[in-house]
Amino acid sequence: MTVPPDTETTGTPEASVAIESAPKEPPRPVGLGVVGWLRWGWRTLTSMRTALILLFLFALGSVPGSIFPQRGVDPDKVAQYFQNSPTEAEWLDRFQLFDVFTAPWYAAVYLLLFVSLAGCVLPRMLVHFREIRRKPPAAPRNLLRLPYGEAFEGDLTVEQAAAKLRRRRFRVVTGPDWVAAEKGYLRETGNLLFHVALLALLFAVGAGGLYGYRGNVLVVEGDGFANTVAAYDRFMPGQRVSAESLTPFSFTLKDFQASYVGAGEKMGQPLDYSAKLSVQDTPSSPPRDVDLKVNDPLDVNGTLTYLIGHGYAPTFKVTDGNGQVAFDGPVPCLVDDQATYTSECVIKVPDAHPSQLGFVARFLPSTVPNGSAWVSVFPAAVNPTVQIIGSFHGDLGLDSGQPQSVYVLDTDKLKPLGKMSATPPPPLALGETRDLPDGAGKIQFTGVKEWITLQTTHDPGRLPALVAAAAAVLGLVFSLMIRRRRVWVRITDRKVTVGGLTRTEGDVGGFSEEFAELVSLLRDPQDSPAPQAGAAPVEPSTGPDQE
Amino acid sequence: MPSQVNTGLATLSDQLILATVLLYLVAMIGYALELAFGRVRTASAAKREPVAVGAAVGASSSGSSASAEVQPDAETPREPEPEAWAIKAGGVAVVLTWIAWAGNLAGILTRGIAVDRWPWANMYEFVVAICFAAVTAFLVLMTRQPIRFLGAFVALTAALGLGFAVLFLHVQAGPVMPALHSYWIAIHVTAAIVASGLFILAGVCAILYLVRNDSRASVLPSRRDLERITHRAIVISFPIWTFAVIAGAMWADRAWGRYWGWDPKEVWAFITWVAYAAYLHARATAGWRGKAAIIVSLVAFACLLFNLIGVNIFFSGLHSYADVPN
Ligand code: HEM
Repeated sequence: MTVPPDTETTGTPEASVAIESAPKEPPRPVGLGVVGWLRWGWRTLTSMRTALILLFLFALGSVPGSIFPQRGVDPDKVAQYFQNSPTEAEWLDRFQLFDVFTAPWYAAVYLLLFVSLAGCVLPRMLVHFREIRRKPPAAPRNLLRLPYGEAFEGDLTVEQAAAKLRRRRFRVVTGPDWVAAEKGYLRETGNLLFHVALLALLFAVGAGGLYGYRGNVLVVEGDGFANTVAAYDRFMPGQRVSAESLTPFSFTLKDFQASYVGAGEKMGQPLDYSAKLSVQDTPSSPPRDVDLKVNDPLDVNGTLTYLIGHGYAPTFKVTDGNGQVAFDGPVPCLVDDQATYTSECVIKVPDAHPSQLGFVARFLPSTVPNGSAWVSVFPAAVNPTVQIIGSFHGDLGLDSGQPQSVYVLDTDKLKPLGKMSATPPPPLALGETRDLPDGAGKIQFTGVKEWITLQTTHDPGRLPALVAAAAAVLGLVFSLMIRRRRVWVRITDRKVTVGGLTRTEGDVGGFSEEFAELVSLLRDPQDSPAPQAGAAPVEPSTGPDQE
Repeated sequence: MPSQVNTGLATLSDQLILATVLLYLVAMIGYALELAFGRVRTASAAKREPVAVGAAVGASSSGSSASAEVQPDAETPREPEPEAWAIKAGGVAVVLTWIAWAGNLAGILTRGIAVDRWPWANMYEFVVAICFAAVTAFLVLMTRQPIRFLGAFVALTAALGLGFAVLFLHVQAGPVMPALHSYWIAIHVTAAIVASGLFILAGVCAILYLVRNDSRASVLPSRRDLERITHRAIVISFPIWTFAVIAGAMWADRAWGRYWGWDPKEVWAFITWVAYAAYLHARATAGWRGKAAIIVSLVAFACLLFNLIGVNIFFSGLHSYADVPN
């Protein structure tokens, strides 16, 4: 006889494996004092249903984080949002929808979730430690009433049955005429490991946020960088990071190379980036050469530096109205079009006399004429030119004390030089010089350098987070793939009954196969671990399993 | 870095994928014929014991899959004898599916060899691989479980997915962005593909569950069988998905300078993970069964699909494979 194995086992009293049942909803306290309410609140918080709701809220809460630009990810896009639709942006900001993942309401959800998790996992762990040491319960009266049951006749002894089951790594206890065996404790162990690992993961992420930092910096070829707070263009420290705690390394960017697909449908697609650095791990250590690539950061004692972006920095020489060289150097340009690396440049010459000079220019790495205009057709600097779009003189506004973006020309107190023409003038080729109107001087396009943007991160939580994540996967696999099952054998006058039970629903592969296998193992006299003199011949079974 | 592409092989790959689409379609017709003219499962048949177990206990663990499906029902009285040719059509469909599967595999391999890299670095290649994974999951599961009835729906899904990829996502075989030069593509993306294939199988079953009406005779197996297969597929793929997300974080740690930064793809991978975790919880601890649990699994499936397709279309993120050609 084989009872439908898929039957829920909850009906059998012996089946209730206490630890696996979810806590019932706590009864509402009536007329209880503060302590009662607190206890009720705690039990509600740590109940499965609350955890599920919080889990859903957690996921739901991160949705706006994917819809709206996030300050922590892309502050420029947020600024753009404010420019395009200020009213809407203000409302979104009121609900912290541009900072979802650092917002208090989001933190509230996940902190509650993890308190709830801790509140239910820790007691479950205690129960499980006791459970692990407990012996399997004695055999119930009628084994054939269990979800899996079978009977046969044979000369099996209690000791033999126990030994056979032990060899299958069951935990076994015996009675006068019965054997009780249990297996699969690793399921709950795995489940607890998984949940504890999630807690550990949260702590690792939190610690990384507190004790780590992130900084972005743009470096032009030939320039250097030393890891100090002041050297960064943007520095995002954790609350517990002091300026002295930065790893004191430094480097020079000797060269940057990018290669692109030269032809076909994918023309212009980048193939490889490589930044040649000369790195000093500490101020006194000898320099070493490092080839910085995407997917291959520079590692200095756990502080990692990543190649994030690149662009062009054409070099200019500006001679002012007095005939003095007022500017000579590279100007990093913002990439306007990733496909062709057409870039926007702003040249500020505060040292020019009689008045300061400012230029807005466009850099074209691979210039071809296109009708009356010029465009770039390829990202590499094959035929670089610079188009001076606007020339200004007056006050650049640098003395106001307010920080200014190097990529924006504040034209409030500037006047155009000469007459603005409707069409931009022809571009300057490499080495070409153009005289400025009104005798204001001249500007020469002297060369092309490249810049790279780097991100430096120090995150002491990353290794613990990895360990926790790995433990979570391991625990998950155990908890999902292992089945907790009990098997009982009762032997009375050569009549052997075997009963089986699995509490776990949703395992992979049915228990029925294993049960059938166990039964045939128990029936097989050849397989007796303690060989018995004159074992009886195998009798054809007359049990009800014969259909 | 060289960027040579073996155009001959690349073209062969495109042709193989086209042939695969057609074969899946023909296989689907075979399965559909068997469904339409083969055995009808009556309402009472729905209450019978799950076939998988009956077969396993009766004929030890070594039953052939195709016959296992037929055996137990042959004993059920009151059912009209199914048309023999219809059953045969199903068998032919299985063979066709295996051939199409091989074509799908060959299409992936030739493309990989043509470009000398892992062949899932853009949307086209990714969708082709996911369809392959879904069919593989179906074929492998069919060797152990009587799930041939799923064939029509899996073959249709695969044909539609591949057809969509060929029509709307196809890009010439070529080299990839520098960010994709990493062995992590083999780990992270492969895991994501395998998990997605299994989730698709579960999703197909879950939809059939909603279509199936247990009180009426139907060509589909009982709701309970459908629910079991759904659950089983999710139980297998959930740890793989978890691993894929973690491997993704490890890759992000190499490539983007942080292991988690709430990029849209990361957000939706996480949401999908939570949704499937909620499904497992709803079943394991809250004791939800039947329709309620199936609907949770479909919500999770919707999150998965949105992550695979919607995120690439609606949001711009750091995942450079996600360029949809326009
Ligand atoms: C207070 C909160 C929680 C409680 C009380 C809780 C409790 C449980 C219980 C009792 C199980 C079933 C064990 C079994 O079937 O043997 C379980 C399984 C599981 N839990 Fe939790 N859990 C909580 C939070 C979470 C969270 C936050 C996650 C993930 C985001 C999670 C993920 C899982 C997974 C994946 C399983 C496996 C499901 C299965 O066994 O089928 N749990 N949890």
